[in-house]
Amino acid sequence: MSDVAIELKGISKSFGSVQANKNVDLKIYKGTIHGVVGENGAGKSTLMSILYGFYEADSGEIYVDGKETAIHNSTDAIRAGIGMVHQHFMLVENFTVLENIILGAESGMMLSHSIAKAKSEVKKLEQNYGLYIDLNARIDTIPVGQQQRVETIKALYRGAKVLILDEPTGVLTPQEAEQLFDILRALKKQGTTIVIITHKLREIMNLTDNVSVMRNGEIVANLKTSQTSKEELAELMVGRSIRMEIDKSPAKPGEILLEVKKLGLTDAHGVRRLDNLNFNVRAGEIVGVAGVSGNGQGELLEVLAGMRTCTEGEVKISSVAITPSLATNPKKIREAGIAHVPEDRLKRGLIPQFSASESSILGYHNSPAYNGMILTKTGAIRRHCVDIMERFDVRPQNPDIKSANFSGGNQQKLILAREMDRSPKVLLVGQPTRGVDIGAIEFIHKQIVAMRDEGSAVLLVSGELDELLSLSNRIIVMFDGKIVGEVDAKDADEKSLGLMMTNSHEGASV
Amino acid sequence: MDLSLNDLLSILSATIRLSTPLIFAAMAGIFSERSGVVDISLEGKLLAGAFAAASVAAVTGSAWLGLGAAILTGMALSLVHGFASITHKGDQVVSGVAINIIVSGLTVVLGIAWFHRAGQTPTLPSSARFMSIKLPGADAISQVPFLGEIYTKLISGHNLLVYLAFVCVGLTYWILFKTRFGLRLRAVGENPKAVDTAGISVDFLRYRAILIGGILTGIGGTYISIAQNASFTRDMSAGQGYIALAAMIFGKWKPTPAMLSCFLFGFLEALSMRLQGVVVPFLGEVPVQLIQAGPYILTVVLLAGFVGRAIAPKADGVPYIKER
Repeated sequence: MSDVAIELKGISKSFGSVQANKNVDLKIYKGTIHGVVGENGAGKSTLMSILYGFYEADSGEIYVDGKETAIHNSTDAIRAGIGMVHQHFMLVENFTVLENIILGAESGMMLSHSIAKAKSEVKKLEQNYGLYIDLNARIDTIPVGQQQRVETIKALYRGAKVLILDEPTGVLTPQEAEQLFDILRALKKQGTTIVIITHKLREIMNLTDNVSVMRNGEIVANLKTSQTSKEELAELMVGRSIRMEIDKSPAKPGEILLEVKKLGLTDAHGVRRLDNLNFNVRAGEIVGVAGVSGNGQGELLEVLAGMRTCTEGEVKISSVAITPSLATNPKKIREAGIAHVPEDRLKRGLIPQFSASESSILGYHNSPAYNGMILTKTGAIRRHCVDIMERFDVRPQNPDIKSANFSGGNQQKLILAREMDRSPKVLLVGQPTRGVDIGAIEFIHKQIVAMRDEGSAVLLVSGELDELLSLSNRIIVMFDGKIVGEVDAKDADEKSLGLMMTNSHEGASV
Repeated sequence: MDLSLNDLLSILSATIRLSTPLIFAAMAGIFSERSGVVDISLEGKLLAGAFAAASVAAVTGSAWLGLGAAILTGMALSLVHGFASITHKGDQVVSGVAINIIVSGLTVVLGIAWFHRAGQTPTLPSSARFMSIKLPGADAISQVPFLGEIYTKLISGHNLLVYLAFVCVGLTYWILFKTRFGLRLRAVGENPKAVDTAGISVDFLRYRAILIGGILTGIGGTYISIAQNASFTRDMSAGQGYIALAAMIFGKWKPTPAMLSCFLFGFLEALSMRLQGVVVPFLGEVPVQLIQAGPYILTVVLLAGFVGRAIAPKADGVPYIKER
């Protein structure tokens, strides 16, 4: 027996020409919570997927409990006592919680026996770690926080001694995240070793014992959490110093450019998506919209961007009026000087199969600048693309690469560049930094503030409370299609927003 | 037209006989598609099974050997489908259509080469076929009014494979919903990644599922050529594989509803046989062609969404490609 639960020695892995892991050495001590941080694409997930047998390393060794262990597939990993809570849950959506738990860990040919056994085992897990769950609920009917709990139970049910969590809090509210941390601490107390992958430094600081920082596929530092700081970690992750706070002058709000009155939306199934919304955004200010995803923020953006017709109320946005009878469309909206950075950049922001230059004119593709009598002006489009790539630091600076082949951050910069290029009067932004790494986040934030300073009215929908708090002047909080609060960003903090987002003052508990 | 109990019973009895191959093929489809492999080659496998059964029965004089040959043929074609679409991640529809085309041509070519009868196989004597069997007590209670008639005319008097079809439906339900294999099979059709990360081989599971499909279509093909008929004729499956596919979708990939929709198609066909030449009030004599088109029209209507959205297994038709 040794006190090292997992040791990786010289792990390397490449995908085609991309080296995802370079000669990685890592020691994870028993009964600790070990954080692995790094930017997107730093190789954290690849490394953990190797440990869980989802990928096979090109070279290197894995030692479990001091013994060299070959892990070719998930079966080997499970046998070695390694469990994983994946970022995208590995659950069968139309199965019950119980069916998902026993899948692959059944005890015998017939299900009835497995079910009886699983019920009593899960009861023990519930009592030991506070992992409460309704075993008969179907996965697609329970919230993501609960789904994640099912993933955790699945791993423990298979006898995991080492639990790997890949970006576990990305989909959780602050309160749900806190509950998860309590569970992880309880697991640690009973001897489980935990590895948590995240890019949220605050979580690292308040949860872990040790932390390893990855950059460009390598481990650049192994530190004791108690002996480091957020700033030091951020610097190590990016390789240069990063400002955690955004430098911005006080806003100078002007005339009202976006006014929403009694806005309502009932969808085709009769569900109220938006309910009596009233707010406005002035020139030169940023208004943030907070909320757990799926509480109407997406629909609000869709209505304002002309993609969806509201069923009640009215909107005045720049020179355009939107009412239920006065349907509009994205083309009219764009022509009125309103720019929209959609929440889902791969579905709505650009066309993954198109080249960067083609994606760089989407929505403005009818402009005479890009069109001759019959043919498009390819040269002009490419020049435009190179120009905005340069100004918005999109890398690689090549207009002919497929949009899909840029990293998330660079795709987002390309979209922002396209939308900001025309100095819009109103800028609608959804999730500007989702899946974007720290270096790019800093740049994107600066650009949004710059738009504000140029006199645009900015509506910012985001799931990142840090981002809303540091960028916005005011924050409105949505819950269940309604605005449940509006606060000045100066007076708000994560906790108060989190409570409003879950409407917890009404006693809702998840 | 007047319908006596006798007429009704004979239509229903024909319904059961005509539904049988559909039921085998629909259950095969359920196994295959629940595991995430679209199986449009049901048609080809039925036809190949029919040919194999008729040929082997003609040569050996044994219906059972015919059945065995048909099952092996069905499984072999499933392996071809699997090799293309599971091992090599090819397009499942293309692979299925290819099998259908090959079988349609190959059965005729081999038939001509082996039996020299323009693609037909020799007419089989009763001893080399599955003949109808009388259930115990059928004679004894045939005189009991109503119930006796139902027993003798509707329930008794089919061949063994008809009864086997019913057993298959129950067995399919039991395997899918009560066993470990069934749980994994349903999971792999919904989210193969979840199955993979649970330490189970996606490919091996899918191969087993389509092999079961091969067995069932083999039995269905046997029924068509050496139970329902006495020889193989060219393209004798006549789209029943596709109709079974439609019945499976209409039955929402569940065994019992799929069986019931097979009955619906079987009933329509039985009715169309019965209605030929019959004068319908106000309409006159219904054209034979229209009546015969009935099941196919129903297929289109049902699939066009008159039945509410049918939700397929999520990973149905998507090859599972694991990054390496």
